[in-house]
Amino acid sequence: MNLLNKIFPHPILTFVLWGIWLLLNNTVAAGHVVLGLVLAILIPWLTSGFWPEKVRIRAPFTLLKFLGIVLWDILVANMAVAKLILGHNKELRPGFFYIDLDIQTPLGISFLANTISLTPGTVSCDLIEDRKRLLVHALHIEDIPATVKEIKERYETPLKEVFTEC
Amino acid sequence: MFELILSALILLGAFFTLVGSFGLYKLPDFFMRLHGPTKATTLGVGALLIASALYFSFKTDYISMHEILVTLFLFITAPVSAHLMAKAAIHIKIKQVKRTQNQIK
Repeated sequence: MNLLNKIFPHPILTFVLWGIWLLLNNTVAAGHVVLGLVLAILIPWLTSGFWPEKVRIRAPFTLLKFLGIVLWDILVANMAVAKLILGHNKELRPGFFYIDLDIQTPLGISFLANTISLTPGTVSCDLIEDRKRLLVHALHIEDIPATVKEIKERYETPLKEVFTEC
Repeated sequence: MFELILSALILLGAFFTLVGSFGLYKLPDFFMRLHGPTKATTLGVGALLIASALYFSFKTDYISMHEILVTLFLFITAPVSAHLMAKAAIHIKIKQVKRTQNQIK
């Protein structure tokens, strides 16, 4: 087990690199499958010094469900933002608000911040006070507490389940 | 039929990309302008890439999947660059519209 850990310090990274290599070459020819696998094993091994903490996914199905929800929300958010952009500027009520973070892992926080930027009319602006609060700007917001609650329930809760400290 | 679906996707993509760029021109302050390129364009580029993947998968002999990578890179880079620009803008105290709620001083 220990030896296996040494050879594959980041199994997820290995799979992702392998997938990306095959997609970049746009082929599943045997040569590229082997070359990609060799690179996917070598690169995480050589760079493992730069990645001190190990990424662990606790609940893969929750992650899949989360990604599905996010894709759907991106679709809806795009329509909503397009409507806001095409409407009158005067009716927009932009605003800043803070989200107090419960999630603590760096990868979880970056997932959450990216999701917030891609979805409901909000862009994450700053992470402050030692990863405890996220500053968010909204293009049009009416009820700040309700939005914060929705973001926490919809995105943060599943992410907290998936990325936990280990 | 196939051409119809492709043209619909391309037109949809072009429309959303245009709306995103239009937002960049029209919205009143820096922070609001950030919303156009981070959101409206993701769907636009997404639709264009789906059209590209479909076209090259059906019209040529091989299946074209590297469009997925473009989507992936876009979904990673767009929010990160928006975040960095917003952070820098707050730091140098760029003007915010008067009606902004909870203005950052």
